[in-house]
Amino acid sequence: MQHRVIDAKDVVIRFAGDSGDGMQLTGTLFANLSAVYGNGLSTFPDYPAEIRAPKGTVAGVSGFQVHIGSGKVNTPGDFCDMLVAMNPAALKANAKWLKRNATVLVNEDAFDDQGLDKAGFKGNPFEELHIEDRNIIVAPITRLTEESLKDSGLDFSSIHKCKNMFTLGMACFIYNRPLDYVYTYLEGRFRKKHPEMIEPNRKVVNDGFNYAANIQAVADTYTIAPGIHEKGVYRNITGNQALAWGFIAASEKSGLPLFCGSYPITPATAILEELAIHKNLGVKTMQTEDEIAGICSAIGASFAGSLAVTTTSGPGLSLKSEALGLAVMTELPLVVVDVQRAGPCTGMPTKTEQTDLNEALYGRNGESPLVVMAAHSPAHCFEAAFNAAKIAVEHMTPVLLLSEGFLGNGSEPWRIPSMNDFPAIKPRLAKADGNKFQPFKRDGETLAREWAPAGTPGLEHRVGGLEKNHAGVLSTDPENHALMVEERAEKVARVVADIPDLVIDGPESGDILLAGWGGTLGHILTAAEELRAEGKEVSRVHFDYINPLPGNTREVLSRFRKIIVCELNSGHFASLLRSTFPDMDIVGCNKVQGQVFLVKDIVESVSSELSQ
Amino acid sequence: MAEYTFKDFKSDQEIRWCPGCGDFSILAALQRTLPQVCKEKGIEKDKIVVVSGIGCSSRLPYYMDTYGFHSIHGRATAIATGMKVANPELCVWQVSGDGDALAIGGNHFIHAIRRNIDINLMLFNNRIYGMTKGQYSPTSRLGTVTKTSPYGTVEAPFNPGSLVLGAKGTFFARSMDTELALNQEVMLAASRHNGTSVMEFLTNCMIFNNGTHADISDKEFKADRTIVLRDGEKMIFGRNRDKGIMLDGWKLKVVTIGEDGVTEDDILTHDSHSDNLGLQTMLAEMSWPEFPVALGVIRDVTANTYEEEVARQLEEVKSRAKVRDMEGLLHSGSTWEL
Repeated sequence: MQHRVIDAKDVVIRFAGDSGDGMQLTGTLFANLSAVYGNGLSTFPDYPAEIRAPKGTVAGVSGFQVHIGSGKVNTPGDFCDMLVAMNPAALKANAKWLKRNATVLVNEDAFDDQGLDKAGFKGNPFEELHIEDRNIIVAPITRLTEESLKDSGLDFSSIHKCKNMFTLGMACFIYNRPLDYVYTYLEGRFRKKHPEMIEPNRKVVNDGFNYAANIQAVADTYTIAPGIHEKGVYRNITGNQALAWGFIAASEKSGLPLFCGSYPITPATAILEELAIHKNLGVKTMQTEDEIAGICSAIGASFAGSLAVTTTSGPGLSLKSEALGLAVMTELPLVVVDVQRAGPCTGMPTKTEQTDLNEALYGRNGESPLVVMAAHSPAHCFEAAFNAAKIAVEHMTPVLLLSEGFLGNGSEPWRIPSMNDFPAIKPRLAKADGNKFQPFKRDGETLAREWAPAGTPGLEHRVGGLEKNHAGVLSTDPENHALMVEERAEKVARVVADIPDLVIDGPESGDILLAGWGGTLGHILTAAEELRAEGKEVSRVHFDYINPLPGNTREVLSRFRKIIVCELNSGHFASLLRSTFPDMDIVGCNKVQGQVFLVKDIVESVSSELSQ
Repeated sequence: MAEYTFKDFKSDQEIRWCPGCGDFSILAALQRTLPQVCKEKGIEKDKIVVVSGIGCSSRLPYYMDTYGFHSIHGRATAIATGMKVANPELCVWQVSGDGDALAIGGNHFIHAIRRNIDINLMLFNNRIYGMTKGQYSPTSRLGTVTKTSPYGTVEAPFNPGSLVLGAKGTFFARSMDTELALNQEVMLAASRHNGTSVMEFLTNCMIFNNGTHADISDKEFKADRTIVLRDGEKMIFGRNRDKGIMLDGWKLKVVTIGEDGVTEDDILTHDSHSDNLGLQTMLAEMSWPEFPVALGVIRDVTANTYEEEVARQLEEVKSRAKVRDMEGLLHSGSTWEL
């Protein structure tokens, strides 16, 4: 049948189903094939906390949102153009994200009395959700998959596992996606262990594609023209994977072996898992007995001359606090990654937030300064990890790198950089000169001490948590303590020489400056674009470094009448800016729901400020 | 290769333990053992690292002219683990007290033993918290009166040996601050052992727990209340060398040679190298007055060490890897070109 083909600038599709329905894979494949096609994209997986929550319940719904566009895409999108709901619970959990003119594709076979009952529907689910006016495609996906594979020789359970591929085929038809990538994926996935699975999966995808082409319900199809023109080799990368790779890159550039001591914790675990794979590049990983052993083994490895890393999430960071103080006191290089999640305490482990900033800045006893920085997109995690490692070993300080669940699990296409474009990393390794080594003698410029890894001939010395003088001798002398406190703080402050200035996006001065840090970049950027399109003049800066702040921070902020700090917490960064620059008008745009910003949250906040 | 003497391991720092503290003699034993350790291993002293936690004994690294790390309470084992895994060439000695190793650091303690990391862990057991001025510890005897147990403790103590052997430790030895020669003997055996070597030193705290081990360490009855176990030797003790340990069914018992028909042949012969956890645990748990307290190397068996396995796996993966550098990794797997 004939379909209208509509040219779209961008579309948002949300795949949702039971935890076991394979929606994460379907979404990932759809994203990947779009990236290969030359689209920009951003993804957002939304998992339940349970591995397999009760089947068919709203609590067990797993979602994967993908936003594809002709050009670069900065957010996973607020609301979706199409929702794929594999069961009634998935429809119920996600109906609120539908655009007015959205398409809803549901698996009719899951909408039986039992399914509707489990999701808590009394009658017609579309009416109950007030979405009966949307473009609803009801397809018997389970039965069609069974029919498609009836001669495949696969057992019933294996056949049912293929229904996500039928769905993928349908989505590919509706959005005019080429299927080549799916075939290549299936080859790679099954060639070695289950070659018998390749053909059935191919067939199901194709049948889904053809089914969508033949039904009346699919009236319109869409094209999203490939618009990414920057030449190069690309790959998809998640934030957690990019972080792991950034550390491996820093290990190579510094000539220091990489050691990571960590304890599994959602949503940071994948960093340890990724690093554990790459023993071929000399990476040593330890899954320690607890969070404290994670950081302590890393500190031990640092004392022994490794590029030392520990990775965690909020509650784990709390457990590491005392040892972080030890790294501050011994002035050993160390990178601690905190992939933030909703807290306090266990909070909502699978939900994203930026609520650990205060803990990162202040969560230790005593005067305990360290470098705090943040990654702003999945791919940026690579650069952020590399820079964190560089600062740690060149300035002899622990560095706390903040990521977020949203970044760690999210992915985006990444133009693969060349390692030649990354700077050398120069560890401050001490050399024996016949004199007694003074561990806390400092460089005149950076105030960093020298690093004498255990095992280096002639540089035997002792470090520890007790206050010492420059020679490394224990001291409770009041003046010495005051001096060391000041020097440790000044050393961290002087890292500013190695961090880039803030760059203003938009007019160089004006009424409103939007400021953010971390993973909110895409949403703030998109909000600023929308506001400008409405004729509202706004500028924007984004902080990758929080302690120290970039050198031109005061100068930049002072050019604007009002600064709106957008962050997924109750105002941690805004407080920091207010106390650092008490003369400025700083207000917050905050959200603490375990969810990312919607672009409209920021647009509305700015509009209301402008109307005052 | 340098020939060292104990002076090479003395730092210029003033020792700040209380006069008469048991820790002095262990420090001296370590300084006297390390020249031999370096010689046997063919290493310079820059490969020696002394790591400690928090507590009186944990000040020890400052008194050693080696690489040293005085860390935080309970975590010395985790820090020592990281060092050894990062650089297996280091010869790592850990110092922890009973509170440091068995209370706050208990988790790291059992896991180091489980992994069999090649570190030498010296546990100074004075059955008290000294640095915080006298509170009971996890090895304080039931009923011990301290500032935090003014009516006596109501909790059972750990026997460190049971803990080590319960975690299938590969090495456990025990000695006392008063045993200068045995201390060095035990340290040397620990150094030769490939894996986690736990040495329990019964030490005296003059100030807060004076005489806690006196019932066995006092010269007057030491010979009757302790037994030094040595490989290949009969388990004979007593001032007249007439008492021995033998098996009675599933249990040990103390017998007198020459009484009730017992001859020397009936007495057990010690073998620390046999993988006999049951017997070794019974030996480690012997306590006076029913038994003499066992000193010397109780268990010393061979097993793979964690850091060697980590290094072996790394080399194995390297040898068959296609990706050899970062550039290769970046372009590995699924990529596309625009």
